Amino acid sequence: MSYLLKRIGFYLLTVWAAVTINFFVPRMIPGDPVQALITKQRGQMTSEAVRSLYVLFGLDKDESLASQYFSYLGQLLRGDLGMSFTFFPSPVADVIGDGLPWTVGLVGITTVIGFFLGTAAGAVVGWRRGTWADSLIPVTTFVSSIPYFWLGLVAIALLTGPGSFFPASGAYEIGLVPNWDWQFIGSTVQHGLLPGFTILISSVSGWILSMRNMMVTVSSDDYVTVAHAKGLPERRVMLAYAARNALLPNVSGFALALGFIVGGTLLVEIVFSYPGLGLQLFQAVGAKDYPLLQGIFLIITLSVLLANLLADVAYLALDPRTRREG
Amino acid sequence: MKERILEVRGLNVDYGLGPESVRAVRDVDLTLHRGEVLGLAGESGSGKSTLAYGMTRLLPPPGIVAGGEVIYTLDDGSTVDLLRIRDADLRRLRWSEIAIVFQGAINSLNPVQRISTQLVDVLKAHSARSTPKARQDRARELLGLVGIASDRLHSYPHQLSGGMRQRVMIAMALALEPRVVIMDEPTTALDVVVQRQILRTLVELRERLGFSVVFITHDLSLLVEFSDRIAIMYAGQVVEEATSADLYRTPLHPYSDGLLHSFPALKGPRRELSGIAGSPPDLRSMPGGCPFHPRCGRAMDVCATRTPVLGQSTAGRSVACWLHPVSVG
Repeated sequence: MSYLLKRIGFYLLTVWAAVTINFFVPRMIPGDPVQALITKQRGQMTSEAVRSLYVLFGLDKDESLASQYFSYLGQLLRGDLGMSFTFFPSPVADVIGDGLPWTVGLVGITTVIGFFLGTAAGAVVGWRRGTWADSLIPVTTFVSSIPYFWLGLVAIALLTGPGSFFPASGAYEIGLVPNWDWQFIGSTVQHGLLPGFTILISSVSGWILSMRNMMVTVSSDDYVTVAHAKGLPERRVMLAYAARNALLPNVSGFALALGFIVGGTLLVEIVFSYPGLGLQLFQAVGAKDYPLLQGIFLIITLSVLLANLLADVAYLALDPRTRREG
Repeated sequence: MKERILEVRGLNVDYGLGPESVRAVRDVDLTLHRGEVLGLAGESGSGKSTLAYGMTRLLPPPGIVAGGEVIYTLDDGSTVDLLRIRDADLRRLRWSEIAIVFQGAINSLNPVQRISTQLVDVLKAHSARSTPKARQDRARELLGLVGIASDRLHSYPHQLSGGMRQRVMIAMALALEPRVVIMDEPTTALDVVVQRQILRTLVELRERLGFSVVFITHDLSLLVEFSDRIAIMYAGQVVEEATSADLYRTPLHPYSDGLLHSFPALKGPRRELSGIAGSPPDLRSMPGGCPFHPRCGRAMDVCATRTPVLGQSTAGRSVACWLHPVSVG
C-alpha cells in the first residue's frame, strides 16, 4: 500500500509541475491574444476596451507574474479555466465540456475494444504459432504501420459520398438536437462507425502483434512446459500460464493508450471533422487561443497521469512481484 | 528378472527438418525397472535432456522425435507407446504416471500464481471430483513431505528461496503419486549444501513411496552415490551402461573414465582430477567412426573408420568401444 501512496504522491507532484509549465509556456511564446483580437476587429477599439480585455484574459501588465500565477492556481481549483478567445465569450471549461464526451466516446470505446480484441486474437495466434494463424502476421504488420488518418482519408474517398450509408463528417446529423432519444443515438452511431473502424483496424493490429510476440516468448518458458507435463487441459495452460504472463507488457501499453485517448487522435478528428477535443485543439492552435490550449493540454496531461496511475494499480493487481511487503 | 516399467527403444530425436536437421539423440535404448534409479550422465549437449523431453513428448519446436518407441507398462500390466497414444490419453498419463522435475526450479513455477494454485490445479486436472477442501489439504500435506512449513502454501514463487522452489517442484511431482519421476538436473542451480539436503529428501521419499527415477545430471560422482544403474551419453548416443558400482570401479569406455575423473568424489580416497581434453563434437559434422575418437587418449586405427555399437562386451557389460569388442553370439 505504501508503494501506491508513494506513486500517488509522485503523480500529484507531476500534476503541479504540469500546471506550472502550462502557466508559463503560453506567456513565453511571442504573440499576444489581445493584439490578435484587435487585429480581428481591424483596430476599431478604444484603449479602454483594450485594457479591459487584458484584465479579462489575466494578462494584466500591472499585475506581477507571481500574483498572476497564484490567481491562475486559484481559478484552476474552482474549475475555472478562463475565457476562450475563439468561442468568446464562452468559458474554456464549457468548450472542453462540449468536445470531451465525443472524443472519449469515439476514441475511448475503440481503444478499449481494440485492446481486448487484439490481445485475445494475439494470444490465440501466438499459441497456435507454426499453423495457418501465422499467415495473419504479415497482414497485421502491414496494417499497423499505416497511419490511421491516412486510413481515414482512404475510407472517406471510397465509402462516403452521395447516397452512401456512411457520412463523411460530423458526429451526428445536422439539425438534430443532442439528447437521449433513439434517433439521435442512431445518428451518432452511424457517424461514429467510419472513424471508429479506422482507429480500430490500425490499433487492433498493434495489440495482436505485441501479444503474439509475448505469447511466443512465454510459451517457451519452463513453467509452460511444466504445465504441459502436468497434464493440464490445453485451455488452462494457454490462459492461466501463457497468456496470463504474456499479458503484462500489454497492460502497460494499454494504460498509455488510454492516456492518449484525449489527445492522440487529433488527426482522425480533423479528417472526419469530428467535434472532439482534437479538432478543438487544432482550431485553438490556429487562433492562438491560449486559454483553450492551456485547458486542453491540462486535460491531456491529467488523463495521461491518470492512465499511468491506472497502469500502476493494474500491475499491482496482476503481477505479485511488484507488490512489496510492509 | 525385475519388472520393466519404462522402455525406450531406438529413439531418435532431430532438431529441424530436412537436410538442415541435426540428430541430437541417436538410436537410444534404455530400460527402467520398477523401483530403480537410472542415472543418465554426459557433458552439456550430449542429448540427456533432449532424450527426456523426447520420450515424454514435451520437446519444444524445432525438436522432432524422428523414430523409436517409448513403452510404458501400466499398473494392470498392459503397455502403451507414449509416442503414439492420443493426446487426451497422454494428458491423463502425464504427471499421474510420469512426473518431471525440471532443470532450474527458478523458472519452473508460474511467477504470477500462488504455490497453492499451482499445486491444486494438477490435482484438479486429474481428479475433478475431489473437493476444494481435500485438494488444499493434500497440497499442505505435499509441502510437509518436502519439509516446507504449510504457512508457505499461499506464497508466490518469488517469495521463496531457490532451494524451497526446487522442493516445491519435487512436492508437485509427487502430487499424484507417479510411478516414474524424471529428474533433469534437479540440483544444478543450487549451492552444494542445499543440493545435499534436497538429495537426502529425495532418497527418503523414494524409499517411502517407491517410485522409479530417471536422474539426469552431468555430475557423475553424484550419480554414483544415488543411482542403481548409470547410462553414459556422448553425442546423442549411449556409450556405456552399467551398475553404478561397476562403473565407478572399472569404467570401460574411455569417456566414462574421463567423466569420472572430472569431478572430485564426495567420499573415499583422493583421486587425481584429469578432465577430458577437447570439446563435444559438432552434431552437424560428426567425426567418422567412433564419435569420441578425436578426444580419446586410447584411440586406435579402427576407431576412426568404424562405429562401435552398444552391446554385451566380452566382460559381460554393455559398452560401445573397440577396446571392448562385442562378443559374438
